[in-house]
Amino acid sequence: MGELRLMKGNEAFAEALIRAGADGYFGYPITPQSEVIEYLMAEKPHERTGMVVLQAESELASINMLYGGAGAGKKVATSSSSPGISLMLEGISYMAGAELPCVILNVQRGGPGLGTIQPSQSDYFQATKGGGHGDYRLLVLAPASVQEMSDFVPLAFDLAFKYRNPVMILSDGVIGQMMEKVELFDPIPRWTDEEVIEKNGDWATVGKRPGRERNIITSLDLDPYSMERHNHDLFAKYKKMEEEEVRWEELNTEDAEYFIVAYGSASRISQKAIDLARAEGIKVGLIRPITLYPFPYKVLQEKVQKGAKGFLTVELNMGQMIEDVQLAVKDNAKVEFFGHVGGVIPTPEEVVEALKTKIIGG
Amino acid sequence: MELTADKIKELVVKPENKVYAKTPLLTDKTLSYCPGCGHGVAHRILMELVEEMGLENDTIGIAPVGCSVLAYEFMNVDMQEAAHGRAPALATAIKRLWPGKFVFTYQGDGDLAAIGGNETLHACNRGENITIIFINNGIYGMTGGQMAPTTLPGMRTSTSPYGRDTHMMGNPLKMTEIVAMLPGTYFVTRQAVHTAKHARKAKKAIKKAIEVQLEGKGTSFVEIVSNCNSGWKMTPVKANQWLEENMLDYYHLGDIKVDGKLVKEIV
Repeated sequence: MGELRLMKGNEAFAEALIRAGADGYFGYPITPQSEVIEYLMAEKPHERTGMVVLQAESELASINMLYGGAGAGKKVATSSSSPGISLMLEGISYMAGAELPCVILNVQRGGPGLGTIQPSQSDYFQATKGGGHGDYRLLVLAPASVQEMSDFVPLAFDLAFKYRNPVMILSDGVIGQMMEKVELFDPIPRWTDEEVIEKNGDWATVGKRPGRERNIITSLDLDPYSMERHNHDLFAKYKKMEEEEVRWEELNTEDAEYFIVAYGSASRISQKAIDLARAEGIKVGLIRPITLYPFPYKVLQEKVQKGAKGFLTVELNMGQMIEDVQLAVKDNAKVEFFGHVGGVIPTPEEVVEALKTKIIGG
Repeated sequence: MELTADKIKELVVKPENKVYAKTPLLTDKTLSYCPGCGHGVAHRILMELVEEMGLENDTIGIAPVGCSVLAYEFMNVDMQEAAHGRAPALATAIKRLWPGKFVFTYQGDGDLAAIGGNETLHACNRGENITIIFINNGIYGMTGGQMAPTTLPGMRTSTSPYGRDTHMMGNPLKMTEIVAMLPGTYFVTRQAVHTAKHARKAKKAIKKAIEVQLEGKGTSFVEIVSNCNSGWKMTPVKANQWLEENMLDYYHLGDIKVDGKLVKEIV
C-alpha cells in the first residue's frame, strides 16, 4: 500500500505532479487553487526530483511556458481556476494546433466574469467543446475525490503524450479545497534528457540531431489544402480517443430504472441522494463520466436500450452536460436537469426531490 | 575568346576565388521578406554565429508573429513558433528545462513591445538566461503598415494616416532602455544592419549576446533598428536614408548595458 496522507485536493494534485515525474510546473495564483503552487514551492521539487517550478507573471505566460516546455519534449503542467483558464485559452488552442502534450488543472469557480471564488462546474462547455478558437478537443478528466486529484496526474501525462494533446483535469472548488485520505502512488522517475530525446526527439525541439532535419513546433500553415488535412488529422486523432479512452463509473445501476448523471463534486452529492432515494424504494443508479471528452454516449444509449425510464443530470451550473446526455438519449427517455450556481451547493435531499418531481412524477 | 556569361562563370567560379558562402544554417527556401528589408541580414548574422560557434545541435529558437513569423522556415535549427508576443515565455521554459541549450527569441516591435510587453519585461526582470533579438522597424509590416509602439512621432502609418499624434497615440516606446533598467539583464545593446559596417558591428554584438548566455550571466537583449521600405512606402535606398536620419535620431545606436552595468545615460 502506498503512503497515506490527509490532504486537500489541490495539494494532492501538486504532490502527484512531483511523483509523476513532471519536469516543470508554471502557474499563476488564483483562488480556489493557489495551494497547488504554494505546496510546490514549499516542497522544493527541484531538490526532490529536479522539477522546475515557476510563478509566472500571468496565466498567458504560464500556458505559453507550457507550450515552450512541451514543444521541447518535457512533461509540463499548470493549474488555474476559471477566469485564469479563460486567459489560457489562446495558448491551449495553439497547443492543440501544434499537437503538444501537457496537463492543465482547472479548479472551477463560478462565473461569468470575475464571478465568485465559490465552487462551480460551469466551464464544462469550455473544457469539452474546444473553448479557444479553431476546431479542437481536449481530453478532459473529471476527478470526484482527492484520491483522483492524485491518481489522474500520471494518467493525464500518459494520455497527453500518447495523443500529443493537452489534457485537462476539470475539477472544482469543492474537490480542490476539501480534505480526504489519499493513498499516494510511488514516485515515477523523471525522464533523463537522453530519455526525452529518445522518446520525443523525432518531433520535439531538443536541439538538432545528426541524421534528421530540424524539428519545428508550429500551429501555422498558410496552405489551405495542407491546413485542411491537418484539421482532418486532428479529428482522426480525436476519433481514436472517442473509441479508446472513454472512462466512466457506475453505482447501483444493475437494477436501476432511473439514472442520475453527474461528475466531480456533483457526483459525490448524488451518491448520497441515491442512498436516500433507494431507502424510499426508488430504483435509481449513478452514471459518473470520468472522461467528459470523450463523453460516454454509448453507456447512456445502452441504458436506454435496456429500458431506462429517465435521466437526471446534476451539475453545479445552469445545465451544460445535459446537452451531451440529450445527444445520447435523444427522445427515447426523459432527460432533465437539476443544479445550483454561484457557489450554492445542491443538497442530496434537493436532488431526490428533483428526481421525484422532474423525472418520476413529471 | 568570346567572354560569354558561361565562360566568365567557368573562369571565375573556382573554390580558390570563393570569398563568401551562405551558411548551411539558412535553408534554401526563398525568404518571404520584401527586397531591401533588414530581416534577411539579421537572419544571416544570427545563423552564421550559431554555425561559427558550433551551436547547430544545441540551439532552440523561437519565431514570433509578424513579418518573421516564418523565421522557422529559414533558420535551419530546431524552432518553435510562438503566439503573438509570447516568445519570451516559451524561451523561459525551454531554457529552464534545457539549461545546456542556446535559446533565442527573434521578435518584431509589435510582438515584443506591444502585445508581448509583459512577457518581455518579466522574462528580463527574472534574468532569464536567454537571448532576445528585437527587430524594430517602427511599423507593423505583415498586417500592412499599421502603427507600432515604436512608430516615430508624426510618422504616417495606415492607422496614423495623418502622422502619429503623440497626445492621442502616445510616444514611441524605448523597450531596450526599459529592459536595461532591470537588474536581470546583463547585456543590452542597440544595433543596425542597413550598411555593411553596421552589420559587422551587429554581428559582434549578437556574438557577445550569445556568449553572455553560454556563460549563464542573464538576459542578453539586442535591438536591431531596421527598415520597412514597403510599410514606409519608400525605395529600399530611400528607406535606409530615412532610417539614418530619423530612426537613429530617436533610437541611438550602441551598447546600453555591458557586464550588467549601464554604460549609457538613459534619457
